[in-house]
Amino acid sequence: MTKILEVNDLHISFHTFSGEVQAIRGVNFDLNKGETLAIVGESGSGKSVTSKAIMRLLPESNSDIKNGEILFEGKDLTKLSDKNMQKVRGKDISMIFQDPMTSLNPTMTVGKQIIEPIVKHQKLSKAAAKKRAIEILELVGIANPEERFKQYPHQFSGGMRQRVVIAIALACNPKVLIADEPTTALDVTIQAQILELMKDLQKKIDTSIIFITHDLGVVANVADRVAVMYGGKIVEIGTVDEVFYNPQHPYTWGLISSMPTLDTEDEELYAIPGTPPNLLHPPKGDAFAPRNEYAMKIDLEEQPPMFKVSDTHYAATWLLHPDAPKVEPPPAVQRRQRQFLDIKEGK
Amino acid sequence: MAKYLTQRFVYMVITLFLIASLTFFLMKIIPGTPFSNASKLSEAQLSIMIDKYGLDEPVPVQYANYLLNLLKGDLGVSFQFNNVGVTDIIVNSMGPSATLGALAILFGTFFGIILGVISALKQNTWVDYSSTFIAVLGKSIPSFVFAGLLQYYVGVKLGWFPVAFWRGPEYMVLPTIALAMFPLATASRFVRTEMIEVMESDYITLAKAKGASWFEIAFKHALRNALIPVVTVLGPLVVSLMTGSLVIEKIFGIPGIGEQFVKSITINDYPVIMGTTLLFAALFVVVILIVDLLYGVIDPRIRLAGGKK
Amino acid sequence: MMSQEKIAKEMFLPAEVDATKSEEISKPSLNYWQDAWLRVKKNKGAIVSMVILVLLTIMALVGPLLTNYGIDQQNIKHNNLPPRIPVLEKVSWLPFDGDLTRKNGDVYNAYEMKNVDNYYWLGTDSLGRDIFTRLWKGTQVSLYIAFLAAAIDMVIGVLYGAISGFVGGKTDNFMQRITEILVGIPNLIVVILMIIVMDPGILSITIALTITGWVGMARVIRAQVLKLKSQEYVLAARTLGLSNGKIISKHLVPNLAGVIIINTMFTIPNAIFFEAFLSFIGLGLQPPLASLGTLIDDGFKVLQLYPYQMIIPAIVISLIMICFNMVADGLRDALDPKMRD
Repeated sequence: MTKILEVNDLHISFHTFSGEVQAIRGVNFDLNKGETLAIVGESGSGKSVTSKAIMRLLPESNSDIKNGEILFEGKDLTKLSDKNMQKVRGKDISMIFQDPMTSLNPTMTVGKQIIEPIVKHQKLSKAAAKKRAIEILELVGIANPEERFKQYPHQFSGGMRQRVVIAIALACNPKVLIADEPTTALDVTIQAQILELMKDLQKKIDTSIIFITHDLGVVANVADRVAVMYGGKIVEIGTVDEVFYNPQHPYTWGLISSMPTLDTEDEELYAIPGTPPNLLHPPKGDAFAPRNEYAMKIDLEEQPPMFKVSDTHYAATWLLHPDAPKVEPPPAVQRRQRQFLDIKEGK
Repeated sequence: MAKYLTQRFVYMVITLFLIASLTFFLMKIIPGTPFSNASKLSEAQLSIMIDKYGLDEPVPVQYANYLLNLLKGDLGVSFQFNNVGVTDIIVNSMGPSATLGALAILFGTFFGIILGVISALKQNTWVDYSSTFIAVLGKSIPSFVFAGLLQYYVGVKLGWFPVAFWRGPEYMVLPTIALAMFPLATASRFVRTEMIEVMESDYITLAKAKGASWFEIAFKHALRNALIPVVTVLGPLVVSLMTGSLVIEKIFGIPGIGEQFVKSITINDYPVIMGTTLLFAALFVVVILIVDLLYGVIDPRIRLAGGKK
Repeated sequence: MMSQEKIAKEMFLPAEVDATKSEEISKPSLNYWQDAWLRVKKNKGAIVSMVILVLLTIMALVGPLLTNYGIDQQNIKHNNLPPRIPVLEKVSWLPFDGDLTRKNGDVYNAYEMKNVDNYYWLGTDSLGRDIFTRLWKGTQVSLYIAFLAAAIDMVIGVLYGAISGFVGGKTDNFMQRITEILVGIPNLIVVILMIIVMDPGILSITIALTITGWVGMARVIRAQVLKLKSQEYVLAARTLGLSNGKIISKHLVPNLAGVIIINTMFTIPNAIFFEAFLSFIGLGLQPPLASLGTLIDDGFKVLQLYPYQMIIPAIVISLIMICFNMVADGLRDALDPKMRD
């Protein structure tokens, strides 16, 4: 497995009227060729900022990459000139946004918007680009692509528009596709269609996907690996099975316990108490400690490092320290851990 | 679309009818107009009035005649100027006014848009601050004050351009600048706000994510979307041009409708006052209609939604 | 990745954690007006403009009393004297030394030529009236007309718009048709026609300005009321059984206040402009009354010989217009609830 994208010790701050907001506080992860990495977290956890940073789409006026590097095929994107970055965007790395209702230019035909990156990056003629655009429209499942090509975004439904946005993103066969909550603004039935389409296209085009979402249910469906973000940091990362069935971080426990499943019996659905940390004044210790019922004194003093669970599974919680007491995870998690053992033994 | 058009047209006609009726009855009320004071008229003038409006008949008949004459484009007779038809007076003085108005709106909106785009793209820099300053001045300083000062300092003191009259291109410079200030200020403020909003929209982020260059983003994607709402300020701009033309033509001695109008006010030439009023009203109403239609042409969402708002 | 440094055992004892603590509100809670005021304060242009406006208003009230000259006190012997102020006349680069420039460029002292010992701080006009006195009296009249017109516009506009929006249905439909027609008639035309019918005076100019002036306010208020009416918190209040009166006073009025203030702040400079404009085209106040408009009009007639006679009132009117626009812009930015974060 080759690494296509590596994010190392990324720190990003925003300058606001009230002061410096440390939105990203040391994020590390990598993306392998052809895999789908899901980044999960609640709003404000820094997942969208991370994705925008990779594309260098953060507003230059008030955001600042304090530290770290983003290596794409070995070159550091944070150090690229604007001109060279433009050559990466849309060609090597492209992006799908949350709200298809607002992410298309209302005064430009859909066709023109798809052609734009093709002409720009692949230097095709207008006619060839049009042919290619119609192919892609067909690929993303839009009927009558030739007819649709000439239409304006407002003539498309929400789901159709998201297909168009996907078509634009895939127009130049990017190596990395960043999908920033691509289904959040859509109806549940349409969500499933779009997810299906993305999985399908990934197989056809062989692109790596970073899938950003707050919806754990979606993650299980599409991802190979999952990174859980909290308070501007990754708190747990592992394969889907590891994170879903053998979670280690109390925050992940909270997330999983708060997810209704068919075998949730009479017990109440869990809700994580409290609110996310204020990143204007980030806490000294573990950002999750104030909401953590398993918190220890050290959690308030020092940030936990990443503890290794398996070769692919890491979590940042002091509970994994050899000196830490053994604690009982919530019942929903215990049940999953039992299932995880079954799966392992069953193999 | 057709339904919307008809509806708009009906409103336009009602408005014009109301203004026309208002002017007629005002002529009957105000002492000293040809309609209210026939005894002051000479023999020849009286016969014109009887001939045209049936001044010896009851008021409703006069009113009907007045409206019929309006439909034919006849705005009455000015007795101060040797019984010349008001329509002729207006047609003869139309040229300079139209030229001046067109120049002012062209230059004003053109430079206003450029200024607005630049200050939006260079937000919170000295370029932005100075264009804001220009816009505040342009919006705030009354056109006649600005025109007077321009005439004195640039015309009299510096002597760069002719101080007054309308005899060639160089005579147009100062009045055009004076009249263009308001459109320039309005357009630049409006474009700046719209442009900033558009630049923050999702589709601009998407365009960036596609790898579009700064130039392509600003001019291919943002500008058109930012310009659509600018059409809505064209109405107020035309009004400002009318208002401005009255005083600026007076200041620079330009033989246009505005100067004619101000002159008529000072000598109580009511037929000319009323005629010009009607003309201005008609112009305004038509411009508003055109603006609304134009809006549909530029914005595909409205164009295809069949005129829905 | 594992941290190898030794950590004291007792650090792994459970900590006292209160999850509710993180829900504490860290930002002090401000009501709408406190918040708006904070925003206005940040806008230096608006604050400076407010101060200037207050100073100008004070001058408009007390200015005419500061001199020994009456508003209409003519002294033909002292006509067309340029500004001269004691002490400041010694400062050569200030235009307060009583010097005038002839068309050929010669500079002479008008006071010496005419043998005048008096000081006319801002000079005299062609009838020998003191411009300082007339300027502030004129400012007073202009501001009076503007405030009065704005107040009338506000009352009519708010009532009309609120009734139209709140009652809705057929009433609204009918009232809407009327405003649609009125909007079609340019303000300029109505004002001019009204002044021709009524003789120009403070009251008639004010009435002329308000005849269609209220329509703008009415439309904004109606739109706002319609928007607020369908807002979910108003629907919620209704479901909870709040009476109409309570809904109006608790939900509509506070939300309308901002719009009303902003709109009025834009009406005032507009009225000042129109008053001056009418004077300039010969439909303004008649002597002995003075307003900024009549002063500018008088000054314009002698602009090339005695430029100060136009420049002085021109500066004051421009200052008033700029300041009102700046304050209005500042208030709009501050009161627009959409901008609250």
